[in-house]
Amino acid sequence: MDPEVSAVRLTVWEAVHILSSSEDGGRIFCTLGSLKRYLGETENPALPEEQEEFARIHFSTFLRCLVGKLSPDWLELLPDGQMEELWASFFLEGPADQAFLVLMESIEGAASPSFCLMKMVQLLARFLSVGRMAAVMEGQCRQQAGPAFPLLQETLLTKVVGLPDRLGNRLQRENLATFFPQNYFPLLGEEVLRVLQVVVDSLRGGLDCSVSFLSQVLGKACVHGRQKEILGVLVPRLTVLTQGSCLWQRVCWCLVERVPDWAMEAVLKGFVEAAPGPEVLSRLLGNVVTKSKKAQFVMTRKLLFLQYSCTMPMLQSLLGYLAMDSQRRSLLMQALKELLETWGSSSAIRHAPLVQQRYISKAILICLAHLGEAELRDSRDELLASLMEGVKSRLDSSLPPVRRLGMIVAEVASARIHPEGPPLKFQYEEDELTREMLALAMPWPAADGPSEAGLSFAPVSGETPDRETVDRSGPQAGPEGSDSELDSDDEFVPYDMSVDREQRSSKAPSYVRGCLEALTGSEDWERWEAALWALEGLIFRSPAATQEVSMELAKVLLHLEEKTAVAGFEGLRQRALVALTVTDPARVAEYLTAQFYALNYSLRQRMDILDVLTLAAQELSRPGRLGKAPQRGSPDPGSQPGGAVVPAWRAVVEERIRRKTRRFSKGSAGRAPAVGPNEFNSVAGYFFFPLLQHFDRPLVTFDLLGDDQLVLGRLAHTLGALMYLAVNTTVAVPMGKALLEFVWALRFHGDAYVRQGLLSAVSAVLLSVPAERLLADLLDELLEARSWLGDVAEKDPDKDCRLLAVKALLLLEKLRDKLLPLSSP
Amino acid sequence: MATPPLPPPDPQFVLRGAQSAVHTLHFCEGAQGQGRPLLLSGSLRGLVHIWSLQTRRVVATLDGHGGQCVTWLQTLPQGPQLLSQGRDLKLCVWDLAEGRSAVVDSVLLESVGFCRGSVLAGGLQRWMLAVPGRGIDEVQILEMPSKTSVCSLKPEAQARLGMPMCLQLWQADSSPRPLLLAGYEDGSVALWDVSSRKVCSRVSCHTEPVMGLDFDSQEARGVSGSAEKALAVWSLDEQQALQVRGTHVLTNPGIADVKIRPDRKILATAGWDHRVRVFHWRTMKPLAVLAFHSATVHCVAFADDGLLATGSGDQRISVWSLYPCT
Repeated sequence: MDPEVSAVRLTVWEAVHILSSSEDGGRIFCTLGSLKRYLGETENPALPEEQEEFARIHFSTFLRCLVGKLSPDWLELLPDGQMEELWASFFLEGPADQAFLVLMESIEGAASPSFCLMKMVQLLARFLSVGRMAAVMEGQCRQQAGPAFPLLQETLLTKVVGLPDRLGNRLQRENLATFFPQNYFPLLGEEVLRVLQVVVDSLRGGLDCSVSFLSQVLGKACVHGRQKEILGVLVPRLTVLTQGSCLWQRVCWCLVERVPDWAMEAVLKGFVEAAPGPEVLSRLLGNVVTKSKKAQFVMTRKLLFLQYSCTMPMLQSLLGYLAMDSQRRSLLMQALKELLETWGSSSAIRHAPLVQQRYISKAILICLAHLGEAELRDSRDELLASLMEGVKSRLDSSLPPVRRLGMIVAEVASARIHPEGPPLKFQYEEDELTREMLALAMPWPAADGPSEAGLSFAPVSGETPDRETVDRSGPQAGPEGSDSELDSDDEFVPYDMSVDREQRSSKAPSYVRGCLEALTGSEDWERWEAALWALEGLIFRSPAATQEVSMELAKVLLHLEEKTAVAGFEGLRQRALVALTVTDPARVAEYLTAQFYALNYSLRQRMDILDVLTLAAQELSRPGRLGKAPQRGSPDPGSQPGGAVVPAWRAVVEERIRRKTRRFSKGSAGRAPAVGPNEFNSVAGYFFFPLLQHFDRPLVTFDLLGDDQLVLGRLAHTLGALMYLAVNTTVAVPMGKALLEFVWALRFHGDAYVRQGLLSAVSAVLLSVPAERLLADLLDELLEARSWLGDVAEKDPDKDCRLLAVKALLLLEKLRDKLLPLSSP
Repeated sequence: MATPPLPPPDPQFVLRGAQSAVHTLHFCEGAQGQGRPLLLSGSLRGLVHIWSLQTRRVVATLDGHGGQCVTWLQTLPQGPQLLSQGRDLKLCVWDLAEGRSAVVDSVLLESVGFCRGSVLAGGLQRWMLAVPGRGIDEVQILEMPSKTSVCSLKPEAQARLGMPMCLQLWQADSSPRPLLLAGYEDGSVALWDVSSRKVCSRVSCHTEPVMGLDFDSQEARGVSGSAEKALAVWSLDEQQALQVRGTHVLTNPGIADVKIRPDRKILATAGWDHRVRVFHWRTMKPLAVLAFHSATVHCVAFADDGLLATGSGDQRISVWSLYPCT
């Protein structure tokens, strides 16, 4: 053995011995001072070999010994805290990794609340604040030997990233703010940056360095869910640093590529979230997607298909990133194909939550915005095929949001994929979502253009001309209204001018029969239109005359087609039919329900029948209907045709809420509620039972259990509404029974809208059938329904279905509560 | 605007009893010059009713047009004299003083059209009357009460204006020359200088015949309504050139009459769609749509105190008090 080396060992042993035995402050101070030679940084440093040996072999032992000596008395052996300063200097100046490990070890090993622990913790805080963490990581980056100490590296990694958790556990309430994760991880980010700076500098100096430890730290921190804190510091700085420097870019790419697979997802997601745009993302990540399988999986599949939590800016960054480099563009194309496939798959439409469908649709639009025409043309057939299939299955869906997604995506996608072809055009209402989606579909500016600059300039240049035109038009308008500002028009407040409508022809028939003639035989369209407008009022005015011709009139109205562009035609026809049904309920309802299952009707007509029946039933069951004048007044032509048709059941529900809500304070002030027998009582059967008869018998043109599930959904909703309106009628019990059977037969229907209808029907049964009768006559059905409801409430993929099921279950609970006090005595 | 608009107003009262469609209305000061004014109405059956706005009853009925429609009523400032124009081609001058009701004079007209006359009563004794003339496109100017024909205003042959449909004589404050605004069948409004018998200016503001016009001489701005769906506002500059200032599109076509309130704050139109529309005159902002009548509204009239009367084919006269004069 080399005698020089053993000299170091001897010195250390001696020092340890003195430390453990001596109480003399001066001596200890001397001994420690002599050991400091081995750390360098004194006037009289030891030989480099000695320093290295000390650092490698004896340093941790010595530190442990120092930790062991720590006590209040020991520190006071020398005045003015000299001893503490000297003691700490070993930790702060010696090799950082070992110091750090010993610190962590002793903190974890110390008795919980003790002087020792607090000193160590303070020392650790100091350790962090003077930037020794960078030294810890730097040491790992500099190790040329590669994975010489995998175990040590692993331990370091765990301790570096797990520091907040460990200290939190150890210190509980006495924890210092420095160790809170929200403070620690930004600090860690800063330290990583400093190490990166060192790495870059040494690379410039021709020294080899490895960033894999940093990648691991980053990965682990992200896996711990601290992406925001650490990348929030890293990404903005890296964005600036990588802007002009290829070396920085390479280091940054390296940093990302070296992230271990198990952390790749967390890191990439963090980057996508933190990067302000695709350009930055592209600069920071480089071609990691082509180099790492895992990264490719995360970027092209996981974030697109398996998750749908990304915000729109994130999604745009992600897809923009894919589009920015020729090597990655093929991935974008691939992603678009797969997205379209998923978008169009009918099973996905049925089982995926709406939020995800929206997410995928938006992703498709963004992809389309990024891809050039030539690229799209190359795989046009494939894209069109999956698009068309998707459009078909989406338009078939009975949920309006799904249909609308189909329309929007189809319009945009077909225009982009096949620009020469005839443009697809759908009618849909414009709202927040459609505007957002159409904005996403705007083609992206040229891929290489710095879009940040473009974005910041565009609004400025766009606004100025506007302001100018405003200014210029100001004086122009002057002469007309110059003094109108002076004496204001306050005194001239306009009256309501909603009565000011297009005038109708004065040729309206005065009798119901006249209307009938005008609607059937007349070629005079003004008269036809006037008859349509007048019909509802005439029916209400002369019920006797109406009853004479009610069947013919119902037939005519049901088959009436919109021959001229009458504003509000649908509404007019519907109101007339409703008035007719109310006037002669038994016969007309019988006719309508029979026609519902007849051969030659369109789905529209069948759904009209359902709506009319619901509305008529609602009118009939309205309490005090006879006392009041029938609701008259011309329908508002401003409303869209069919606008009144859709929410029929909603109106029912709203009325239910209104009726169930009691306002005690206003009780006497309001008018007394109108009372009277439920007129629906005597005719409810005509409305209800025929609708149930043939639903399982398909016709050539009409297959409720097959393609026409939209009508089936409507039917279920209508039956529910009728059931609800039959409250307090004698027929309610058999109706409830029949309805529950109907529900039972269809309970596993695949369409969410149908299930919604069924669930609301169950609620209606629970509301309308008296509790005692429910228990006496429908017990088995109720029990079955209950278990089904429980299933739906837990497992149904549709949110509304789950909600409705929970509501029905609540009603059941309420029913039980009502019955229990009855049965207990 | 958070506050909901005011509900449409109701008439202050309704005068029934004309027993046929009301075609013209005119307010005049009561005979004694005090109390509320009288309302004169001319009906399809040739009767002129004089209504008291106090009792809301007919005070007197004048029958001077042989059962033919009375199209125009106008009182003269000197003495309680009334002009009534009927489709029996007669223009009668009535003396209503001290409860009399006698025709004191009459002018034979030579045009069978619906064009109402117009008077310019500047002096005390002599006044000027414009009525449609013998030729199909002529306007005849008479000096009254002598009934001497001053001139006949005939547009150039190639102008093809068609019949005059409505007339308004007026005189600018600054100049003594009487001027005539005439709306023609082709939808144009022309300004005639009566003394020189020349058209000063003409502007095509409608595509259909002009049915009614009114002119605000203080602001040199006028408004005209036609059979089409729009009101036109035009103005007159210092060179006496007419310019269209704007058109205001209506919901339904057909304006039978237009009147600006004497205080020049609002104007009212009589619509073929049974409705009376009220606009703010300066800004042309729509203020109200009065949907009371159940037949074509033929005429509107404003009293000096701001009362609005409207007469309609449903034989009723409704009286409204909107935006009281300040």
